[in-house]
Amino acid sequence: MIRDKNWFSRLFDSFNYVFLTAFAVLCLLPLIHIFAVSLSGRAPATGGFVSFWPLDFTLENYQEVMGSRTFLRSFMISVARVLSGTSLNMALVILTAYPLSKSPRVFKGRTIFIWFFVFAMLFDGGLIPSFLVVRSLGLLNTLGALILPNAVPIFSVILMMNFFRDVPKELEESALIDGASHWKVLWYIYIPLSLPAIATLTLFAAVNHWNAWFDGLIYMTDNANYPMQTFLRTVIVTLDLTQVGISPQDLQRLSDRAIRGAQIIVATVPILVVYPFLQRYFISGIKLGAVKE
Amino acid sequence: MTLQQYLRRAWPLYVMIVPGIVFVLLFRYYPMYGVVIAFQDFSPAKGFLNSPWIGWANFEFFFSLPYFGRIFGNTLIISVSKIVLDQVGAIILALLLNEARHLFFRRSIQTLIYLPHFLSWIVLGGILLDILSVRGILNQGLGLIGIESQLFLGSNDWFRGTVIASGFWKNVGFSTIVYLAALTAINPVLHEAAAIDGAGRFRRIWHITLPGIRPTIVLLAALSLGDVLQAGFEQILTLYNPAVYRTGDIIDTYVYRTGLISAQYSLAGAVGLFKSFIGFILIVISYWLADRYAGYRIL
Repeated sequence: MIRDKNWFSRLFDSFNYVFLTAFAVLCLLPLIHIFAVSLSGRAPATGGFVSFWPLDFTLENYQEVMGSRTFLRSFMISVARVLSGTSLNMALVILTAYPLSKSPRVFKGRTIFIWFFVFAMLFDGGLIPSFLVVRSLGLLNTLGALILPNAVPIFSVILMMNFFRDVPKELEESALIDGASHWKVLWYIYIPLSLPAIATLTLFAAVNHWNAWFDGLIYMTDNANYPMQTFLRTVIVTLDLTQVGISPQDLQRLSDRAIRGAQIIVATVPILVVYPFLQRYFISGIKLGAVKE
Repeated sequence: MTLQQYLRRAWPLYVMIVPGIVFVLLFRYYPMYGVVIAFQDFSPAKGFLNSPWIGWANFEFFFSLPYFGRIFGNTLIISVSKIVLDQVGAIILALLLNEARHLFFRRSIQTLIYLPHFLSWIVLGGILLDILSVRGILNQGLGLIGIESQLFLGSNDWFRGTVIASGFWKNVGFSTIVYLAALTAINPVLHEAAAIDGAGRFRRIWHITLPGIRPTIVLLAALSLGDVLQAGFEQILTLYNPAVYRTGDIIDTYVYRTGLISAQYSLAGAVGLFKSFIGFILIVISYWLADRYAGYRIL
């Protein structure tokens, strides 16, 4: 351990600690402000008197949000989406990555298959053709429109494939000699050895599904089918009070400033809950994509 | 080995890859075929196959529009500013974090600065609209020190700056991860040897730490080339309004409004294809550069 004892170095240290603390606080402060607003009475919130501590403390705003049928409906759609979408993503990531992780000798045609996926990742048909395809498949206003178009996250497939390639080949070879099929090798050798990578990619997929809102906006023409983030857009961002399908009174109530704050917090809490797990894994997740020798 | 012998062992591999191929064909390649609408006078009733072909007319029309220069200019200005600020900011932050020796302190700071990356632009947009409004907390704070209220999201003077700054705020913490990973790979013996030879702290940062992460800096600079047409669609769609189209309208938001709000599918499809095409070339170049100068391959 090196110790730098001169005064300039110590001054730098103090400055460094202060600066980093200030920056971290800056990342959190807006959230704290909204949290304080969400716990405040309507009058001080709307009047703009709340800073970082609630005034006229109340839980009424949260009761209002959780008692709103339209909010709860969109919340449940998001939960359904996260559960089904993430499972589908991970099943396809694992199934696709396993054959691609083999050498062309074991899996003939690997090179062609891999370029099939990589090209699909690099070239984007664009928003309009994608929309027209989803519509022509009759998926508008169904959960399918939210989970099927991105069912195969190709970048995750590549990360998973790179991870699978680092699994020692001896394990697999001895299992195959003993007569195990590739199904068994995948299930009993590869998946158990890749749990950290699978956990990382699962959490990222789940967070993406929870946070997604644009597909809900374009694929759900009836806003009774909006997932939560899309619903929140109408309430807290565009303040569009003329939307059909949601009663004007309900929307009017939900767009009150303190209640908007409560909805933002409710949308954030699930992220905060999984965040510690997410954080534990994403350093190793990042290493997956690092420079290969 | 005969084909039969090969397949007896290998057939599950082909079964496994089929679902992935079906989804990618349907939702990635079929839309790629759908780019033909850019060369058609597309109508949904006739579909991709039967709409009349009109050659380059959509492109010619688009290039003649005054929006053409505006949306490309805005896209480039916003995305390049974001890339430069984000990378420079992440390098500085990573170096500062690396100098903070107290492990618990470091971990806590990391936890906090990664967080905004995981919140959606709807949540952050809701927060920003609130704190940046005329009576929001930022303008109140400015009022206390005698500065009058600014329309951060409603004036062309401020909009780009607000977008760039809020994008920086959301992502810079998370961008430090790659650099921090590179910093941990630097052999501490180098630092110790230099210290014994009398190198002070800042000399060591300059001559050991920075060269140690230089390959990572080069790599990310190369890869960022692939992002110069990505100015942040979800962010801008959340934050902008017609008053700031002049400085804030980007290619993606224009495509969205033209195609999905006004239903001019062919025109929007042409603009989208133009962007996809340039974007594809940029990504290929960036991967080539990353391979050439940083030895990076995704496969």
